[in-house]
Amino acid sequence: MTAWKAFRGGLWDEIPVLRLMLGLCPTMAVTTSVKGGLTMGLSVVFVLICSNVVVSMMRNLLKPHLRIMMFTLTIAAFVTIADMYLKAFQPVMSEKLGAYIPLIIVNCIIICRSEACAAKNGIWVSAVDGLAMGLGFTIVLCFLASIREILSTGCITFSETAVWTVLNPVDKGGWFTPWAAMAMPVGAFITLGLTLGAVNQLTKKKA
Amino acid sequence: MNFAVSLALGFISIVLINNFVFTKFLGSCPYLGVSGRLDMAFGMGMAVTFVTTLAGAMTWLIDHLFLNGTPLEVTRYVCYILVIAGAVQLVEMYLRKFFPSLYEAFGIFLPLITTNCVILGLCIFLNLWQIDNFLMAVVLSFGAGMGFTMAICIMAGIRENLAMADIPECLQGAPITLITAGLLTLAFMGFAGMIK
Repeated sequence: MTAWKAFRGGLWDEIPVLRLMLGLCPTMAVTTSVKGGLTMGLSVVFVLICSNVVVSMMRNLLKPHLRIMMFTLTIAAFVTIADMYLKAFQPVMSEKLGAYIPLIIVNCIIICRSEACAAKNGIWVSAVDGLAMGLGFTIVLCFLASIREILSTGCITFSETAVWTVLNPVDKGGWFTPWAAMAMPVGAFITLGLTLGAVNQLTKKKA
Repeated sequence: MNFAVSLALGFISIVLINNFVFTKFLGSCPYLGVSGRLDMAFGMGMAVTFVTTLAGAMTWLIDHLFLNGTPLEVTRYVCYILVIAGAVQLVEMYLRKFFPSLYEAFGIFLPLITTNCVILGLCIFLNLWQIDNFLMAVVLSFGAGMGFTMAICIMAGIRENLAMADIPECLQGAPITLITAGLLTLAFMGFAGMIK
């Protein structure tokens, strides 16, 4: 496996969530706002690169039956780092994402990449794979989050001053009535379901 | 008496109102992956319930006996995942020795439970909600597992019937399952606000 193939795989051929159907819990939980999705995505990029590199370094020492345990312990260590960083420098975001940052530990994407890529390949390929998979995950999160945030509030909010209004909502004198359901769990399941359907339809035509 | 009522309310609340699958999205992967057949879904639910109860009780004890208020708090997540992996390993060994038929039936699902978000999620939420009573922690852990079992069994029942439905080609498989899950969530939102 070459680094280029790993890179392309993460961003399109095997893009997480849409193709692999892994890591669904955080995908649905944090996509109520683009900023939340971005924070989550970047935390996953960090954890994925670090854990892939470490797993790749110790791949020749692993015993088969203790493998999963070593993976999760490595991941847990890096997730703790990411969690402490967010608590210190992004307290608002950390509060909002709450339990979902520590839950990166059991995000199936990371364990899947440890098992499928890092445990078999060198450090360089594993690092590239981690970066590409993480970025692919971030892109999907931001895409889903932008659909949900626009339909549920009419605008994308990055901070108090940076608000990008797409559909002018009624309460600010516009015409668009926000769909409250999109911010709720229903919106998450249905948006993801329809997106998957659309991806299936598009890729079928190409083939 | 009051305590018994609060235990019962906590149990109902975590099974129906704050169901982990429907409101917190925890355990979505097995929820969508293993819900193809009712008997398998039930087995998975039972295994998860058992491990959740065990892990919830053990992590609560570890939290309150060793971690809280000491510098060791930074190792919380590492401890949690170790406890869960250990509990799963124990269950696996126990089943293999004493109930080989059940062990065969679970197959690959047993080791996979380690990475089930319901279990780690529950341990983290017990810590976030600051549950300070051991009995309450056990009841909530058991309730979370039961809630997951209920959700996955309902889903499996629907999917067995869905197999006969005429679904547009691009929506077959995962997409229609997700949409069904969304509609189910909508139904369960009716319970919201029943208990504060």
